Amino acid sequence: MDKTMPNDMSLEALIAGDRAEFARLVDEYSSPIYRLGLRMLGNPQDAEDVLQNTFLNALTHIQNFEGRSSLATWLYRIAVNEALMLIRKKKPEVNLEDVEAEDDTDDLRPTQIVDWSALPEEELLSEEGKKALDAAVAQLPESLRIVFLLRDVEGLSIKETAEALNLTETNVKTRLLRARMVLREQLSAYYSERLPARSEK
Amino acid sequence: MTDHPHTTCEELLGSLSAYIDGDLDPQLCQELEKHLAECDNCRIVLNTTKRTIDLVQTPLEKPDLPEDVRERLFKRLNLDHYLTPKPK
Repeated sequence: MDKTMPNDMSLEALIAGDRAEFARLVDEYSSPIYRLGLRMLGNPQDAEDVLQNTFLNALTHIQNFEGRSSLATWLYRIAVNEALMLIRKKKPEVNLEDVEAEDDTDDLRPTQIVDWSALPEEELLSEEGKKALDAAVAQLPESLRIVFLLRDVEGLSIKETAEALNLTETNVKTRLLRARMVLREQLSAYYSERLPARSEK
Repeated sequence: MTDHPHTTCEELLGSLSAYIDGDLDPQLCQELEKHLAECDNCRIVLNTTKRTIDLVQTPLEKPDLPEDVRERLFKRLNLDHYLTPKPK
């Protein structure tokens, strides 16, 4: 996703309440925000609620946009809050603050040491492979998943992710490392079964 | 984590993410690469972590917004008037 203001869009027009310009903003950012909702909530209906609430909220508050972050980061922050609100409503038991800024990497020590990285693309991205990947992402705890989605899937920088989530950059980095390690373990377990016997270590 | 002069597997683990993102202090980077050259396991962890990130970033994992969802969104925002075919 383009993280700066799209070239031919006017922030002034948006702030002044230009509807046509807002419609263009919606088309520019609705896909990534819907995708984020899908991956955070896990179903299309909730993702659509997140999408609609994000832009309703943006429409109401765009005149207060101060440009301290990029417009994309601002929209993501709204979307993340909408997604988290919905998660809290549906699953009050979920603890979104469950990862403190811990440097302890003890529990991250890799157990799956199998090099599957050279498996051909068609094997890695087979229908079944993609399902395994989606399932692994879906199983991440919310507090890690949101960081991972913004940084590694949507391509926000560490700084932008921190701004969107109201976290420190250190905290984003800690969560990102955890998310990546957990995913790597899961995918290693899955792909190692698909390696030809001779490459196994 | 200890202060060994040489990078250990555990230290590598702590810096792995920053290393992949090209966000690591050059001296640490050098030490880490030295360790990687000697440690098969860490090299595997690095390669498979990089691959994991590549895989989730693949465009195949990024479906566009379904047209009916887009239509309902525009209606909800009272922007029906601007609901033209999506520019590509």
